[in-house]
Amino acid sequence: MEPKIRFQNVSYFYGDRPALRGVTLDIPPNAITVIFGPAGGGKTTLLRLINRLNDEVEGTRMTGRVLLDGQDIYTPGVDVPLLRRRVGMVFALPLPLPGTVRENILYGPKLAGVRDQARLDEILERSLRLAALWDEVKDRLDDPASRLSGGQQQRLCIARSLAMEPEVLLLDEPTSGLDPISTGKVEEALQELKHQYTIVIVPHSVQQAARVADYAAFFLMGELVECQPGRDLFTTPRDRRTEDYITGRFG
Amino acid sequence: MGKFTFSSNPSHPRWGEFAIESTIRLLAFSSIGFVILIFFFLIREGLPIFWEVSPDNLFGTRWYPNFGLFGTVPLILGSLLVTVTAILIALPLGVATAVFVREVAPNWAREILKPMIEILAGIPSVVLGFFGMTIVAPLVREVLGAPTGLTAFTGAIILAYMALPTIISVAEDALDAVPKSYRDAGLAMGATQWQTIWRVVVPAARSGIVTAVMLGLGRAIGETMAVMMVTGNAARMPLTLDSLFRPIRTMTATIAAEMGEVAQGSVHYHALFGIGIILFVITFIINATAAVTIFKKPRRGGLR
Repeated sequence: MEPKIRFQNVSYFYGDRPALRGVTLDIPPNAITVIFGPAGGGKTTLLRLINRLNDEVEGTRMTGRVLLDGQDIYTPGVDVPLLRRRVGMVFALPLPLPGTVRENILYGPKLAGVRDQARLDEILERSLRLAALWDEVKDRLDDPASRLSGGQQQRLCIARSLAMEPEVLLLDEPTSGLDPISTGKVEEALQELKHQYTIVIVPHSVQQAARVADYAAFFLMGELVECQPGRDLFTTPRDRRTEDYITGRFG
Repeated sequence: MGKFTFSSNPSHPRWGEFAIESTIRLLAFSSIGFVILIFFFLIREGLPIFWEVSPDNLFGTRWYPNFGLFGTVPLILGSLLVTVTAILIALPLGVATAVFVREVAPNWAREILKPMIEILAGIPSVVLGFFGMTIVAPLVREVLGAPTGLTAFTGAIILAYMALPTIISVAEDALDAVPKSYRDAGLAMGATQWQTIWRVVVPAARSGIVTAVMLGLGRAIGETMAVMMVTGNAARMPLTLDSLFRPIRTMTATIAAEMGEVAQGSVHYHALFGIGIILFVITFIINATAAVTIFKKPRRGGLR
């Protein structure tokens, strides 16, 4: 199957400090790819390159190419807001925007120019159902989003990304602030979502990496050490450093 | 040297410490005391007017102290008209400037703009009044075809200018306090930079921006000198549609203009202090509203 996202020899620098060194990685569609490794390994940078969010950071430099569906997303003339609608992102902290649950979900579609009320209602219900949140909030759609619990807020953020009907969903430690039950709900939601979306996740622990990974990529100090189907990587890692990390010998 | 041996001996009381502590305490209490004294004095001199003159007269529409007419309504309305117009001008300008300085301007431009805005705050009001008389007033007369350039509108422009630095600095702080993650979240949803600013960052800073406006309002309504110089000082009721482009008189200008020539203890004298009380009540309400919005911290869901 054609990879959804391809990194071709990508290096990335904050000033002089390298964050990624010559990364070449293919991310397959309709699967969960886990990007994991110790802190400072370039995982978040890698995610933020896919939706060009790092464009906002000053004093950075990049070499190599990032392809989405075979197209270089860093060529001049790429419509960045449009790219970001195709590539949704969920952050480590649940981050409801000011406003109600409904406003949060419909923020993206409205920006994209959807005005038809019936269509908006449909998007609202569909996204909340996909994020496994509908049953909990269907009677509270006009409550302030900040009044939801932490776990609900994070699923709200996932629903908000899904409302734009993206093709790719990036998740940067989406459950780091959540309790185990909420974490479980988010992970279950991801298992449903992967049939329709390409999911790239930076997990907040090795255990989570092992639980959700269809494919797993281990990063150490900006370098891609290895990438394998999750089942293989967590049972028979090829590289000694990967083995040391997943068995808890360092990290 | 003697001092050192003295204070390092714990069996002696530490006089130096005690003296400093008492001085600071005295200074602190005296500043509170002054506020109380001012308040007391204002009440003592101003309150009598509320029974010396009938309410009909006091809240009438004509202010002619020489004829025993003390209608404060035109003055109150004058102040409100000038102040509200000033805020209507200063609010969009101030918020837009704050957004530009904080969100859009490159670093070097920000480094130039911020000190300039602070300098703006330091311009004495009489200088602004002079500027208003010689430059803004002729402009108002010629461009708008008003009979005179000394109008409520001229005063509002000058007041807006005076309130701007306050509004800009406070609004800018409010924008600065919005976590970077909000901007990321907006951008990550495919919003452009402007959409992110207007739909995510500014709403998130809303309470701080309200405070900024309140503080600007407080500054504007109490302003005297510049307003007195450019508003024409005619105590007429600003009820017609063109009132904005006619002379007006504010409460502050009335007190400043008439206090010098009034007999102490006269009805007129009490009336001026009575205006002071009314002004105090209005600014108190504004400041209290601002304080409530400051202390009522909005819950930023999930964020610490």
